[in-house]
Amino acid sequence: MLALTTTWPDLLVFVTAAALIVVGALGVISLRNPVHSALSLIVTLFGVALSFLEQSADFLAAVEIIVYAGAIVVLILFVIMFLGVDRHPRDEVEPLVGQRAFAAVGAIVTVGGLVFLMARAHWVTGVMSASTNGTPLASGQGEITQLGQSVFTTYLIAFEVTAALLIIAVLGAVQLARRDRESEVEQ
Amino acid sequence: MNALADPLLSSGVTWAILLIVLVKVVVAFAVVMVAVMLMVWFERKAISDMQSRIGPERWGPFGILQTLADGIKLFFKEDIVPAEADRVVFKAAPYLVLIPALVTFSIVPVGGTVTIAGHVVQLQVANPPVGILVMLAMSGLSVYGVMLAGWASGSKYPLLSSVRASAQMISYEAALGLTIVTVALATGSLTTRDIVDAQARGVWHWNLVHLGVVPFIIFLIAITAESNRPPFDVVEAESELVGGYNTEYSSIRFALFFLAEFMNTVTASAMIVTLFLGGPAGWAPHVAYLRWIFPILWFVAKTAALAFTYVWFRGALPRLRYDQVMELGWKRLIPLSLGWLLIVAGFLVKPAYGFATAAAVIFAGTLLSRAFEIGAARGPDAVLTPVGERPSPEEEVRRYFDADPDQGSGQ
Repeated sequence: MLALTTTWPDLLVFVTAAALIVVGALGVISLRNPVHSALSLIVTLFGVALSFLEQSADFLAAVEIIVYAGAIVVLILFVIMFLGVDRHPRDEVEPLVGQRAFAAVGAIVTVGGLVFLMARAHWVTGVMSASTNGTPLASGQGEITQLGQSVFTTYLIAFEVTAALLIIAVLGAVQLARRDRESEVEQ
Repeated sequence: MNALADPLLSSGVTWAILLIVLVKVVVAFAVVMVAVMLMVWFERKAISDMQSRIGPERWGPFGILQTLADGIKLFFKEDIVPAEADRVVFKAAPYLVLIPALVTFSIVPVGGTVTIAGHVVQLQVANPPVGILVMLAMSGLSVYGVMLAGWASGSKYPLLSSVRASAQMISYEAALGLTIVTVALATGSLTTRDIVDAQARGVWHWNLVHLGVVPFIIFLIAITAESNRPPFDVVEAESELVGGYNTEYSSIRFALFFLAEFMNTVTASAMIVTLFLGGPAGWAPHVAYLRWIFPILWFVAKTAALAFTYVWFRGALPRLRYDQVMELGWKRLIPLSLGWLLIVAGFLVKPAYGFATAAAVIFAGTLLSRAFEIGAARGPDAVLTPVGERPSPEEEVRRYFDADPDQGSGQ
C-alpha cells in the first residue's frame, strides 16, 4: 500500500528514517558503553524527526530535536558523566534477576499491540491522514496554529494538568535532593 | 506543500533551481569561512588595542593573514589521540561542534531578494517554515560536541569542563527560548524572513525598540553564555582547568574547535541582528541594478558592530564564577524573560491587558525576590551547598558507615 500511494522521494526518506531508527535502537541496547548507547539514541531521535518531516509535521520535528536530542539525552549523558562510568563495566552479574524474560514479554506485547493498532486504525497525520477527512495537516505556520488552538481549547485541562504534574515533579526532586543539616544534627 | 516559505521552491524543483540552491550553499560556506578568518584577526587586534599591545602584524597588511598562517601551522602539527581516549567519540567531537555552527548560519537572511533567470531568490540558504526553531535545535545539539570532547579525552580536567559546559548551556537555553518566543509572538511567524520583514519599516519597528530593550539584553547575555564566550567562559577557565574541554586536542582537531568557537560568535551576532536589529533593513538609495547590495552592506555593518561588542565584553568583563553563572541564569534571566513574555503577550491583545499583566508581573517579581532574600538569609546550611563545597557521594557514604551508632549523630 505504501509503495502505491507514495512517490520515490517519499519512499527514500521513509526508508532512510526507518533505517536510522532501527539502527539507533539496536545500538542503544547492544552497545556496552552507556555513553555510546546514549549517542545511538540520538540517531534514533533524528530518524523520528525525519519521519515527522516526511509527514509534513515540521514543528513536531523541530520539537523532537530541541527537547529530546537537545535536552533530555544531554541530561542523561550529564548524569552518566557525573557518576563516572567505568569504561569496562562488570556485566557478568545481572543486577535485575529475570529482566531478560520480562523484556521479551514486554517486547512481544508492545509489538503485538502496534501491529493490532496498525491493522485497525488509519494514518493520523500527513498525506495519508484519515482523521481530517483526507485533508493533510497544514505544514509550517498552519500546523503550529492548529496545534496551539487544539492544545489551548480542546485539550486545555489535560495540558494544564500535565504542567502541574511537571511542577510537582520538580518540587519533589528538589525536596528529595536537599539535605536539611539542622534536622540531621538534632537526631 | 502549500505553506512553503521559500518562493524558489513553491513551484516544483528543476535543475536550474537545484543549481541556484547549490550555489547559495557554496557561497554561504565560503562567506562564513572568510568571516571567521577575519573575526579571529579582528578579535586579536581589538583585544591588543584594549590591552595596549600591538597584536598580530607580520602576515599581510595589519597582520590580516595571521589566521591563515596559524591554520596552516596547526594543520601540519602532529595529531595526538590520548591512550585513555575513546577513539571514535574523540575524533567525532570537533565535527559535532562545527556542524551546528554552520547550519545555524543557513537560516540567517543576509539580504533582500534578487531575481536570477526568472527565479525569485531569497538571499539566505534556507527559509524553513519552522525558521528560528532551527537555531534553537542547533544550539541544543552543539552541547554534544563540547560535552563529548571532554568526556572522550579520558582525562579529569576536560571532563570537569564538559560537565560545566553542559550545565551552563542547558540553563541558558531556557532564557534564550523564552526571548525567541517573545519575538515570534510579536511577529506572528517563526520564519526568519518574516521576522526581518516585520522590522523593515524603520528603526521604530526594530524588535530592539518595539519589544522594549529587555528581551534584547536577555538574548545578548544568554547567547553569549550559550556559545561559552567571555565573561561566561568557566568552561575554558585555564587557571582552574588547565585548558578546558579541548586540553587533550592537538593539530587540526584543535583548529576545528577554534573555528567552531569563532563561527559561533559570527552566527550569534548575525542572529541578534536578524531578531532585534532588523536584519538587512536600512536606508537604500535608488541606484539602478545595485539596489540589492545595500541591504547586504547594512547586514554586514550591523553584524560587525555586534561582533565588536563581543570582543568588548571579553576585554572589559572579568570571568564569572560557576555559581554566579548559574545564579544569573536561573534566578534572574529566566524569571525576567518569562515575565516580559507575559507583558508583551498582554499588550498584543489589548493595552489594558498589557498594563494588567505588567502589574501582575511586578507583584510576582517582588514576591520572588523576597523569596530569594529569605532563602539567602537562612544561611548556607539551610539550602543546598554550592557544588564545589558539597561532599562527594563517596565521602557521604563513608561518613554514614563510619559514624558511631552510640553517639546517635551523623557527624
